[in-house]
Amino acid sequence: MEIKILGTGCAGCNTLYETVKQVVNDLKIEASVIKEEDLMEIMKYNVMTLPALVIDNNVVAKGKLSPTQVKELLTK
Amino acid sequence: MIQRFADWLVYDLFGIDATSHLGEALNFFFYDSIKIILLLFIISAVMGIVNAYFPIERLRSYLTSRKLYGFQYLFASLFGAVTPFCSCSSIPLFIGFIKGGIPTGVTFAFLITSPLVNEVAIAMFLGTFGLKTTLIYTISGILLGTIGGYVMGKLKPEKYLSPWVRQIQAQSEIESEAWQAEKIPFLKRIPTIIKDAFGIVKGVLLYIIIGIGIGAAIHGYVPEGFFENYLAADNWYSVPLAVILAIPMYANAAGIVPVIQVFVAKGVPLGTAIAFMMGVVGLSLPEATMLKKVMTWKLIGIFFGVVAMFIILSGYIFNLILT
Repeated sequence: MEIKILGTGCAGCNTLYETVKQVVNDLKIEASVIKEEDLMEIMKYNVMTLPALVIDNNVVAKGKLSPTQVKELLTK
Repeated sequence: MIQRFADWLVYDLFGIDATSHLGEALNFFFYDSIKIILLLFIISAVMGIVNAYFPIERLRSYLTSRKLYGFQYLFASLFGAVTPFCSCSSIPLFIGFIKGGIPTGVTFAFLITSPLVNEVAIAMFLGTFGLKTTLIYTISGILLGTIGGYVMGKLKPEKYLSPWVRQIQAQSEIESEAWQAEKIPFLKRIPTIIKDAFGIVKGVLLYIIIGIGIGAAIHGYVPEGFFENYLAADNWYSVPLAVILAIPMYANAAGIVPVIQVFVAKGVPLGTAIAFMMGVVGLSLPEATMLKKVMTWKLIGIFFGVVAMFIILSGYIFNLILT
C-alpha cells in the first residue's frame, strides 16, 4: 500500500502525517507513507481542500482527520 | 446570565472590589471570554452545517455550469464567506477554480472574502461590538469581495499568473459531471460538525484569551478619549494609515478584535477600526508569499493595491455614516 499525504506544510497537514504514521505503526500495516508537498504534484489529484489523504493513487479523504477516521480508512 | 456569572466569580468568589481597576478588568475579561467562546462555538456549528450541504466542489460546479449574468462575483464572494478559511487551502482552491474554468476575476472575489469574513471574525465582532456592527462588517466584506473581484477581472490579470498556472488555465475544461451529493443523513453528520466546531474553538482559544486579556488590561487603565487626539475621524490620513499599519500584521481575527474594541471605546472612529481589522485579516504578508507560488509579484501588488483601496474607501464611508 502506498499512502500519500497531500499538504503544503501547514499545521493540519503535519498533524495528519504524524497521525497516519502512528496508525500505520500501531496496526503494523505494510505501507509507505509519503508526504507530498509539491504544489504541482498536489494539484494533479484535483483536490481543493488540504490536507488530503491518498491511498494507492486514490483520494480517500479531504480535510482534517482524527486517528479513528484514519484507522477506518486504512483498514478498509 | 453570563454577566451574573462573571460578577459572582470576580466579586464574590475572588472577593475583588467591584469599583477597583483590577475588578473591572477581570470582570470584563471573564464576561467577554465566556460570551465569545459560546458564540464562536455556535457560529462554527452553523457554518459546519452549511458546509456539509455546500462543499466547495458543489460551488465550483455551480459556478461553471450556469449562466449567472454577473452575479457569479457575488456568489463566489458569498461562498467565500461561508467556507471556513484556512490559509493552507487558499492556493489549492485558487488552482481548483482556475482548473474548473472559473474566470480569474470570480476566483479573486472568493479569495478576497474568504479570509475577511469567517466564523472567527463574525463571532468576535458579535461578541464585542454587537449585531449592527457585525452586519455592517459582514455585508461590506462580501460587497468588497464582489466589487474587488470584478475590478480584478477587468484588469486582465491572466498574463501575470505563474506560467504553470496559465498552462492549467489553458487546459481547463468546464466539468460536465453534476455534483453528486453524499447521502449522509443529517443526524449522522452532527457528531462530526460538533467536533469540528470544537476544533475551531480549540484552535483559536489561546488567541482569544490573549486578545481579551490585552483588551481587558487596557480597558481598565486607558483613560476615556485617549486615542481621539491621534486617530480622530477628522484626520484625513487616519484610515489609510490604519490599513497600511494593518497589512504587515498577521494577527488572528480572534486576537485583534478585543483590542480594537477598546480602541473604539476610547475614541477611535468605528470606520477606521473596521478598516484596520479588514487590513489585518484580509491582507497579510504570509498570504502574499503563499500567493507567489501561483502569481507574479506584480499581480500580488495589483491584488493588494485593489483590496487595500477598497478597504480604505469603505473605512471613509463608515466614518461618514456611523458618526
